[in-house]
Amino acid sequence: MATSTPPPVPLAEPSRLRHKFSRFIEPLVLLAPPGLWLLLLLIAPTLLILELSLIPGFRLGHSAGGYGLGNYLQIFQAIYLPVIWRSLSFAFGATFSSLILGFPVAYWIAVMAPARWRNLLLVAFVLPLWTSSLLRAYAWIAILRPSGVLNSLLGAIGLPSQDLLNRPPAVFIGMAYSFLPYMVLILYASLEKLDKRLLEASADLGATPQQTFWKVTVPQTMPGIAAACLLVFISSLGDFVVPELLGGAASMTVSRLIYNQFLGATLNWGFGSSLSMVLILGVSVAIALLIKYGDRDGENLT
Amino acid sequence: MSETAPKRNISWQFLFTLLMFAFMYVPILILAIYSFNESRFSASWTGFSLKWYASLLQDTRLLSSLWDTLFVGFFAVSISAVLGTMMAVGLFKYKFPGKSLYRGISYLPLIIPDIAIAVATLVFLVSVGLSRSIWTIVAAHIVFCLAYIAVVISTRLSSLNPFLEEAALDLGATPTQAFIKVLLPELMPAILSGCLLAFVLSMDDLLISSFTAGEGANTLPMEIFSRVRTGVKPDINALSVVLILFSGVLAFTAEHLRYQSDRKKLS
Repeated sequence: MATSTPPPVPLAEPSRLRHKFSRFIEPLVLLAPPGLWLLLLLIAPTLLILELSLIPGFRLGHSAGGYGLGNYLQIFQAIYLPVIWRSLSFAFGATFSSLILGFPVAYWIAVMAPARWRNLLLVAFVLPLWTSSLLRAYAWIAILRPSGVLNSLLGAIGLPSQDLLNRPPAVFIGMAYSFLPYMVLILYASLEKLDKRLLEASADLGATPQQTFWKVTVPQTMPGIAAACLLVFISSLGDFVVPELLGGAASMTVSRLIYNQFLGATLNWGFGSSLSMVLILGVSVAIALLIKYGDRDGENLT
Repeated sequence: MSETAPKRNISWQFLFTLLMFAFMYVPILILAIYSFNESRFSASWTGFSLKWYASLLQDTRLLSSLWDTLFVGFFAVSISAVLGTMMAVGLFKYKFPGKSLYRGISYLPLIIPDIAIAVATLVFLVSVGLSRSIWTIVAAHIVFCLAYIAVVISTRLSSLNPFLEEAALDLGATPTQAFIKVLLPELMPAILSGCLLAFVLSMDDLLISSFTAGEGANTLPMEIFSRVRTGVKPDINALSVVLILFSGVLAFTAEHLRYQSDRKKLS
C-alpha cells in the first residue's frame, strides 16, 4: 500500500521553468556537437578496428571468417618480433638521448640564463617545431647521405667517410632532432618552478654541485622529467616519418608495418588492426604508468 | 667566500646549450643554403642560382597540392575553432554525469598515434560506404584540430576570473550576451593561438591525409613525401625555405598573441 503520496508539484513560474530548461539544454548545445564528432570519427572507428582485429586474416572484399585471436598471435611470429623490438628500441633511444641532450639546455635556460632572456631563448629553441616534420627529416637526408654535407666535411679534413643514412644511427639522430624541442619545453616548465633557494641551501650546507644536482634538482623535477619522457616515448613509438625517410628498408617499424597492411602491398586489414590495437595499448600502458608513479612522486614532494 | 666570487668562467651548460642551438638550426640552414646551389646532384657548391625557386612556380602539381593543404587547413581549423571553443567552455562551466569520461575522450586525439587514427578512420569510411574526397580529409583533421584548440582554450579558461560572467548576468545580460560580450573577448587570444597551432599541425599531417584522401586530393606533405623518398631534390630545398619562412611568421604571430594576452592579464 503506497502511503507516501507525492508532494504536490508547485506550478513552476515560467521564468523558473525556463531557467531549469536552459540549465539542461545549454551544456547539451555546447557539448553535443564536438562530442558527437569525436564519437563518430574517433571512438566508433577505433571500436571498428578492435572488431576487425579479432577476425583473423580479414581482407577487404573477402568473406570474413569467425572471430579469433589469430591476428594477435601473428604478431608474435619470428618475422614480426624484430619489428616490435626495433620500434621499442628506437623509442627508448630517442627518449634517452633527448633527455641527455635536453636536460642541460633546459637547465641552463631556466636556472642560469639571465631572467629577461629566458622566454625568448625557450621560444627560439622550440621554433623548429613549427616547421614541417617531413622537411626536418629531409634535411638530415641531405646531411647524412653518402655524398652529403657530413661526408664532404669529413673528407675535407681527411677523415674516413661515414655511411649513416638508411641505418639505425640515422634514425636515432633524426628522432633526437625531432623530439628534443618537446623535451626541453616540458623540462623547462618544471625547472622554472624549481625553488632556487633550495639549491643555495644545499650549497650552504656543504653539498658539492653534483650532490645538489642529484639530491635536490633531480628529485624536485622528477614529475617533469617523467612527463617529458612519456611524451617523447609515445610520439617516437608511433612515428612514421623519421624511420621511413632516414632508416631505409631495413628499419621497418610498427607504424610502417601497419601502413603496409592498408596502403601497401600486403593488405591484411585484420592483422593491421591488431597491430594498431597493440600500439594503442602500448601507449595507454605508458600513460597509466606515468599516472600511477608520476603522481606518487608528486605527492612525496609536497 | 665562494658565493661572492664573480663568475667569470663560462659554464659548460652554456657551451652545451650553444651546441644544441646549432644542432637545431644547422640542418635548416643547410637546406636554405643548398636551395641556392646551382648543382642538382652534388653537395659541393657550384654557384648561386635562383632556378629552383623559379621551378617551384612552374610546378603545377606542387602548387595544386599546396592549394589542397591550405583548403583542408582552412576548413578544418575554422570548424574546429567553433567546436573546440564549445567543448572547452562546456567542460569548464557545467557539471554532469560522465564528465570525466567526456574529458578523457577529448584528450584521446592527442595521445593515440597518428597511424592508429588514420587506419581507424579509413576502415570507418570504407565500412559506412562514404567515398573518400578532400572533405573526408577535412573531417578527419577536425578530430585532432578541435582537441588541440580545446586544450589551449581550457588552459586560458582556468586562469580566468570566474566572476566576470556572473557579474554580467547579475547586471541583466542574457547568457548569450554574457558569452559574446564578456567571455568570448577574453578567450580570443587563446582561440587564435589554438587555431594557429591546429593549422600548423594540419599542414604537417602526412598519415591521416594519406589514409583519408580520395581520388585527386593530394596534400603538400603527401606530395613532398612521395618525392623525397627517392632522394634529394633541390626544388624541395627551395620549397622548404618558403615553408619555413611561412611557419616562422605563424610562430611569431602566435607568440605575439600569447605575449599580448599575458601582459593584459598582468595589468
